Amino acid sequence: MADPMKIRTSLKGDVAEIRILMGHPMETGQRKDAASKTVPAHFIQSMTVEVGDKKVVEGQIGVSISRNPVFGFKMKGAKVGDKVVVSWVDNKGNKRTDEAAIA
Amino acid sequence: MNTTRRTVLKSTTASGVLAGLIVAGALRPTQILAADWNKAAFDAKDTAGALKGMAAGAPAESKDLILRVPDIAENGAVVPVDVISSIPNTSSITILVEKNPFPLSAFFEFANGALPEVSARIKMGQTSLVKAIVKADGKFYIAQKEVKVTVGGCGD
Repeated sequence: MADPMKIRTSLKGDVAEIRILMGHPMETGQRKDAASKTVPAHFIQSMTVEVGDKKVVEGQIGVSISRNPVFGFKMKGAKVGDKVVVSWVDNKGNKRTDEAAIA
Repeated sequence: MNTTRRTVLKSTTASGVLAGLIVAGALRPTQILAADWNKAAFDAKDTAGALKGMAAGAPAESKDLILRVPDIAENGAVVPVDVISSIPNTSSITILVEKNPFPLSAFFEFANGALPEVSARIKMGQTSLVKAIVKADGKFYIAQKEVKVTVGGCGD
C-alpha cells in the first residue's frame, strides 16, 4: 500500500541532512466523510531511519502528524554512498520500506 | 490527490475487507521495530497524561533547546515544527500540542550519529502552545511557543 517514500539527502562535510516524504492519509479517526460517517483512524505509528545499516532514528507517531508526513533529520559521520533505509508501520499493520543513498 | 486510491481505501475499510484480512493473519503488525507504540501516552487527553505515559519527569526550561514554529499558522492541518537541541547527550525529542484532543504528536529517539534535531509537520485543532520536550542524560527539558491557528486542522 501507499506510494513510495521520497527520500532526499544532502551532505555538508560529514553532516547529512535527510528529508523524507511519506504518502499516508494520517486519518485521526475524528473526521467525517461526505456521507457523515466517521472515517476510522488510519495513521503511521512508528518509523525508523537506518544509515549504513545502523539505526539512527526511531520514531513513534500519533494522529496529529500531518497527512503525507514530512520529516527532516540530520546525522554526523555519513559518507557519500551510505545507504539510507526508511521504514514505517501503521496502525492497521501496513508497512513500507524505501531506500536511497547519501548523495 | 489520488481519488481512486482513496475510494478503494474507503470502500474496503467500510466493507470490512481489511478487517477480514487482519483477522485472517494476512496483515499483521510487523516486528520491524523494537519499541511498542506507547498507547498510554498517545491516548492521553492532556499534556500531563502524555508525559506520565512517557515516564517523563517535570521538564526544566532550557535556552539550549530551540523550537521553531510559525507565530500564526494559516492552515492548522500542516504546521511546520523544527526542534534543535544543543543540550549534551540529548537522546530523544518529543513534540506535543497542548490543546489537541490527543496532545502527544510524535516522539523520536536518536542514536549512532543522529543529531538531536527533527523537523516535522503537525496538525493543530486550535490556537495552542506547541511544546518540545527533550530527554538528555535522564533529565527532561522543555521549550514551548504559542501558535495562533486561524483554520483548525484536526477534525475537518
